[in-house]
Amino acid sequence: MNTMSGNVQVTARGDNEIVVTRAFNAPRALVYEAMTKPALLKRWLGVFGGWSLDECEVDARMGGRYRYVWKGPNGERMGMGGTYREVVPGERLVATEQFDEAWYPGEAVSTTSFTERDGRTTLAMTIVYSSKETRDAVLKTPMAEGMSKGYDALDALLASQQAK
Amino acid sequence: MNLDATFAALADPTRRAILARLASGEASVAELSEPFDMSQPAISKHLKVLEKAGLISRGVDAQRRPRKLEAAPLAEANEWLERYREYWERSYMQLDVLLEEMQGLRKKKRAPARRKGQQK
Repeated sequence: MNTMSGNVQVTARGDNEIVVTRAFNAPRALVYEAMTKPALLKRWLGVFGGWSLDECEVDARMGGRYRYVWKGPNGERMGMGGTYREVVPGERLVATEQFDEAWYPGEAVSTTSFTERDGRTTLAMTIVYSSKETRDAVLKTPMAEGMSKGYDALDALLASQQAK
Repeated sequence: MNLDATFAALADPTRRAILARLASGEASVAELSEPFDMSQPAISKHLKVLEKAGLISRGVDAQRRPRKLEAAPLAEANEWLERYREYWERSYMQLDVLLEEMQGLRKKKRAPARRKGQQK
């Protein structure tokens, strides 16, 4: 399927990794900016289905910390954060990530790379979990509880099932 | 296939963990109860729910009576993977809008300078 908005590709790689890639119609400097400036992050990261990125602090330097707290349509709050391990502006971000209400054991490490070609930027995010079990649990179960905060698709699915 | 039963079965963290364990190969009730620190009857109860939802079935070994993962309903439940993808798709769609806006702003900023140059 090819849509104008581009396709997110999610693949399991190796024993304990998930890779998420997507191309954007913008130079990588802009994509990097949108990923590291709180005011810009608040415009898009997990912002749908009634959720907002309520708190956002980013210190994009090696050893700097970041913290996100989302607010849900019914006042739910979900927070996560971590530490930057590597920061190459416009090219590469490596950071640890951990959710406040840990829905998987241990800390995961995400590496985001920005590759520009003909004015388009491909964002590749690799998340390495602490074990194969954790990765598989994330992929194979409703792990989405933590990550996927808009439940409309499921609601619609369940509603359509109930209507039958 | 009853999706409601599938989701109800998947709603429980222990059952999700059981499925994750079975994803790496079939296992007997005894083998399953070990890592979860639960009694065999408690595990059996969960297994019954999973079996009823068609998420697992019994293997051929009559003695061990191992449980194994059933691919079809899980493929459907794999929409959960789809949901992970969806999270990013929906976020990135917002990012598309933002990036377009950012580029528009930059062009606007540059535009007067260009016009000035052309007049010279």
